[in-house]
Amino acid sequence: MRLYPLEALAAAVLTAVLTIPILGIDIVVDGPRITLTGEALPVLIAMAAVFVVRLFQEPLKTAIGWVRMDRLLPSPERMTAYRPMILTGLIVMALIWPFTVSRGAVDIATLALIYVMLGLGLNIVVGFAGLLDLGYVAFYAVGAYSYALLAQYFGLSFWTCLPVCVALAALTGCLLGFPVLRLRGDYLAIVTLGFGEIIRLLLNNLDQLTGGPDGIGNIPKPTLFGLEFARRPSQEGGVTFHDFFGLNYSGGDTVIFLFLLALALVLFTLFVINRLIRMPLGRAWEALREDEIACRSLGLNPTVIKLSAFTLGASFAGFAGAFFAARQGFINPESFTFIESAVVLAIVVLGGMGSQLGVILAAIALTVLPEVARQFAEYRMLIFGLVMVLMMIWRPQGLLPAARPRLKLPQ
Amino acid sequence: MSALLAVSGLSMRFGGLLAVDGVSFNVERDQVMAIIGPNGAGKTTVFNCISGFYRPTTGRVVLDGEPIDGLPSHQIARRGLVRTFQNVRLFKNMTVVENLLVSQHIQLVTNLWSGLVKTPGYRSAERHALERAAFWLDKVELLALANREAGNLAYGQQRRLEIARCMITNPKLLLLDEPAAGLNLQETRQLDRLIIELRQAHGVSVLLIEHDMSLVMGISDKVLVMEYGRPIAVGTPAEVRANPEVIRAYLGEA
Amino acid sequence: MADFLPQFLQQIINGLTLGSIYALIAIGYTMVYGIIGMINFAHGEIYMIGAYVGVIVITALAMLGLETIPLILLLTLAISILVTSCYGWTVERTAYRPLRGSPRLVPLISAIGMSIFLQNYVQLGQGARDVAMQPLITGGWRFGPEDGFQVYLSYMQVIIAVVTVVFMTLLTLFISRSRLGRACRACSQDREMANLLGIDTDRVIALTFVLGAALAAVAGVLVSLYYGLVNPFIGFIAGLKAFTAAVLGGIGSIPGAMLGGVVLGLTESFTSAYLSTEYKDVVAFSLLVLVLLFRPTGLLGKPDVEKV
Repeated sequence: MRLYPLEALAAAVLTAVLTIPILGIDIVVDGPRITLTGEALPVLIAMAAVFVVRLFQEPLKTAIGWVRMDRLLPSPERMTAYRPMILTGLIVMALIWPFTVSRGAVDIATLALIYVMLGLGLNIVVGFAGLLDLGYVAFYAVGAYSYALLAQYFGLSFWTCLPVCVALAALTGCLLGFPVLRLRGDYLAIVTLGFGEIIRLLLNNLDQLTGGPDGIGNIPKPTLFGLEFARRPSQEGGVTFHDFFGLNYSGGDTVIFLFLLALALVLFTLFVINRLIRMPLGRAWEALREDEIACRSLGLNPTVIKLSAFTLGASFAGFAGAFFAARQGFINPESFTFIESAVVLAIVVLGGMGSQLGVILAAIALTVLPEVARQFAEYRMLIFGLVMVLMMIWRPQGLLPAARPRLKLPQ
Repeated sequence: MSALLAVSGLSMRFGGLLAVDGVSFNVERDQVMAIIGPNGAGKTTVFNCISGFYRPTTGRVVLDGEPIDGLPSHQIARRGLVRTFQNVRLFKNMTVVENLLVSQHIQLVTNLWSGLVKTPGYRSAERHALERAAFWLDKVELLALANREAGNLAYGQQRRLEIARCMITNPKLLLLDEPAAGLNLQETRQLDRLIIELRQAHGVSVLLIEHDMSLVMGISDKVLVMEYGRPIAVGTPAEVRANPEVIRAYLGEA
Repeated sequence: MADFLPQFLQQIINGLTLGSIYALIAIGYTMVYGIIGMINFAHGEIYMIGAYVGVIVITALAMLGLETIPLILLLTLAISILVTSCYGWTVERTAYRPLRGSPRLVPLISAIGMSIFLQNYVQLGQGARDVAMQPLITGGWRFGPEDGFQVYLSYMQVIIAVVTVVFMTLLTLFISRSRLGRACRACSQDREMANLLGIDTDRVIALTFVLGAALAAVAGVLVSLYYGLVNPFIGFIAGLKAFTAAVLGGIGSIPGAMLGGVVLGLTESFTSAYLSTEYKDVVAFSLLVLVLLFRPTGLLGKPDVEKV
């Protein structure tokens, strides 16, 4: 076993240089003046950790080689075989489970479902078509704000607004996508990022229309065939769910209703996307991701294909956005920052670009874990960033990459 | 009957470099034509100009009576001119069959609604596409590997798949860029037979760039020799082989 | 109307100052893109770290009782450059080098992850709040009539201009005259060939990141002195804008980055003054989108012919 003491020492020194200003020194605000205090411990810990890892890098590498992800996780082929079973299991569980747990848990689960929708939508753009869209949150915002505004100014119900929100998000996707899609990968990423920021800034500044930083409140919740989930009907002549069925009002029922509604929306999303990817259009997306030049040489129009991916991906974000607004009852630009786009991207990356099941599980994991590990809340984004880098280095295909479909050929 | 492909006065300039200078030739129907020449002669550039990947500086390209110069590559492909590339450009992470389904994109039902509810029209189009894929896989002897990822095929198999992928689009003219590169003797003979069969049984003309002289001389009806971007000889293989200019270009001054 | 010219001049001064900052950061983006064809998303965070180090060193020197300003400036720049260079090198080594040769999307996502990681790392280490520093260099010259609008040229603005010019000149001399500089240029034109000719491309790429980080450090120090305010989020917006500048000038071109920086700085300054401060960011991002749509090669870039 060969040790690398000199390398380890150099690495430790480098670590010191890196961590001293940020972790080792604290800026203390003392009225108008600032002073510094030092804190050696974090620096020493970092140095020690780096030193040890570098020193023992050989045995560590062998050890990591043993724990290969391929062995830990089921192979794509096995996943394909188990997939229908897993999905059915999840759905059955999801239908029964909310009635057995606390209201808070159901609430978190609903949030997870929203991220599942977002993840599945972005998966079309990033995973299938290979277009790195960093401004996905813009379509989410369009969905949310259009519902909020339609409800506020025209008093339209959630169900009436939903198709409109989806259409508006799709339109935005088209408008944003059309000029941008002939750009190469990196440029596309930055421009979409720019668009996302522009939308957020506009939402913040067009006070008259969007309420500015204060946002829009009093967004009505969805109804079940006209039955409201509230203590009292909001209008004269309205009937609440509980009145209709002769039950006592309970806030928990609203939460369960929203969860089941989200579940229905997710199942619809899954159905549509599943169909899409098995259609010529879905195959074209993947072909485009693989080799755009080959696509052109076969007569496929890359711009149209990219545009379709962008537009459809945006529609699902609009879908999720409208539901988000309805569930929250209140939205403001703070919910639509770049961080949101980054989180959804992390979900797609973690789950496996192009893998539906992977994205679903990743969305659930990335929503539930921060809640469960509340004490690590402030480390959440730090870990996100780290996980993104590590995933790219160790397993860029994602945790659960999908296997290619096996097609039966007529003989 | 007019030529299938008529190229006249084609030239391509990149900044200070004139890569192609005044190339003109015709490809007739059911003809196999080869473009040969030392490396750097501009052969692939000619391909790129004809197929719409480059916009030629000057020149006219007419396919089956319709001018196509200046059109984007995917539109030219739709008009029946498809090509392969020097580096194999398969959809490597997709299966062999999927590669052949994608290339039928134009001929399939791409209407969203039909696909979502799986109308009978959609279903039969998909079934038909699979049948055609099976037909061509059988023809290039890749049927057994249908569900393998394209990137996992051997090089020779990948090349055959590329050709199958082109042929499944029902082209009028097939452009092959160094199809025999990297193939062994047996595979080259296989390619030989395949090209001839494509010409005879499927009514497609073939224009190929090649360095392998046995392939060129064996199956080509016409040969164009290029050097430094300019055409220096055109004619049957026998004529070209005896041409002193050609000999000089390949072997240098005596 | 009599005020228009002096106000206009003021905006030019402000714009050039801002532009210098953008130019310094933009060079990092353009050099990295020129050599490995990748957008270093984490570069904005490197700049932010440079600013923090600047604040720390200045405060430390003040606590030690040092008062001579040129010395403070020099030491701050030196230490900040040292630290951020280390960050630049480490980021390349850990997050990008292992991914060289991967499909395009992969290093891009890694870069985004690194950017998020660094931003939150600083947030955890130093807190999310603004850190305000007592201005070190105050005062300036006023020009103009007593009763009208007076054009104000602060000493800090002059220092920014001078420091920027000095470092740009040093960089240009290095790239054009030195052996390593020549190696950089060779690698950015044809990396494979350079490798075959015996140039250690890994080292050259690492050097590129280090140089970019160093200039970002300079920008960070200058910004912390100029605005007296840092927080972990300044990297994101500044990074986007500097990238806009790099693209505007022609990505891959160092003079382009300088030109782009100046143009962006002036645009922002004028928008801020004559339109509204709230929309200056929107204008900057819109400029990015417009440039990429209509002239993706930028003002000084060469058209990119895709090899098929």
